[in-house]
Amino acid sequence: MTIPYFPGCTLSTQASGYDRSGRAVAAALEMPLEDLPEWQCCGATFPLATDNSMALVAPTRLLAEAERAGGHVTTLCAICFHVLRRTQVALAEKPEALERINWFTETPYEGGARVSHFLGLLRDEVGWEGVTARVTRPLAGLKVAPYYGCLLLRPEREIGLDDAETPTLLHDCLAALGAEAVSFPYEVECCGAYLSVSQPELPRQLSQEIVASARAHGAQALVTACPLCQYNLDSAQRPQNGEGVAANALPILYFTQLMAVALGLEEESWGLEGHVVDPRPLFEKIGDRLRSRLES
Amino acid sequence: MRTRISAAQVRGAFVEQVEAISGENLLACNQCGKCSAGCPVAFAMDMLPSQVLRLAQLGDETVLEADTIWTCAACQTCASRCPQGIELPRVMEALRLIQMERHGDHLGSDRLAPETAGGLPQLAVIGALRKFSQ
Repeated sequence: MTIPYFPGCTLSTQASGYDRSGRAVAAALEMPLEDLPEWQCCGATFPLATDNSMALVAPTRLLAEAERAGGHVTTLCAICFHVLRRTQVALAEKPEALERINWFTETPYEGGARVSHFLGLLRDEVGWEGVTARVTRPLAGLKVAPYYGCLLLRPEREIGLDDAETPTLLHDCLAALGAEAVSFPYEVECCGAYLSVSQPELPRQLSQEIVASARAHGAQALVTACPLCQYNLDSAQRPQNGEGVAANALPILYFTQLMAVALGLEEESWGLEGHVVDPRPLFEKIGDRLRSRLES
Repeated sequence: MRTRISAAQVRGAFVEQVEAISGENLLACNQCGKCSAGCPVAFAMDMLPSQVLRLAQLGDETVLEADTIWTCAACQTCASRCPQGIELPRVMEALRLIQMERHGDHLGSDRLAPETAGGLPQLAVIGALRKFSQ
């Protein structure tokens, strides 16, 4: 059974590792992702002005595409998920805005799409036991800090994926893979997001604090579900003088990458290209530990 | 800093405009400070989020000159914690839009050098341009 999937612009290019590992994991769980036949960028922001219908056109067209594909669409990118979910809520609360947009786009959206995030599907449709049952390479001994960021969860009333102050989705995912989820105080703290464009020193500082907190709590890596969080947390660990990353730098992984490893998928599908802090030494450690357990 | 308070300002055109664009009732804020306490970038702002809302409540248009509205990351932490249910990110957006209407874009694509913008995820570039320009 295929699941209609909206990859979004960033996962199709710079965050291709997230997309590739996500597709491989979905296929391994017998729910392969199938791209919507037509899609475009969701807009990357949800318009906060009450009268900005124009900024809702792109996400509404995506919802209309989802309807034509059967009604359900899933996402990996936290931003795409946020924009689509909030657009759904906005259109439901303001039928006159939907009417205006439908008149404009000529591809009407009837209000019946269902938007999910892949983590929600894992929890609600596969079940964490279902995930564990397919783990062939348990990540035993791996301590990973779950980092949720902002837009995957907030505002909780509209997004409705998990508790916005004390979420458990990524914690449960890590546990299902046999890893140890390291709770830490910056789990839902903002990385600075698009301020990387206008005031890059701010996301750099915020991200360094988040990573330092995870490290202080014993984490060997962080996981995230957002390509901008991944970029901010990863690149904040690149020293400004151009030298290599510090010895205690923490790899910033997408949850799908850890899942690909734990499900025993081939290395090509882990999508490890493009990381500033190379995750490979960490995975070699897992491999060694697994080998030594098998040999003992 | 000298602030003039008058009923005419509180019930004036500026407040009406901010409330119309944001959809929020500015007078619902009782200045509890939870927004400022939870804001991840408050340390870098010239004015705290709760102070921005206070000036907006009073109809003081100098609030449009605060750096705060451009340092806001729209992380929604304030909105998720406000006991009065005010969506402060919407107020921040209204102030940005009014300021850009009067004075032009805050961030232009001409200011994005390939060396800096080239490595950024697209969604960051699109997001920043959509928040900080019209």
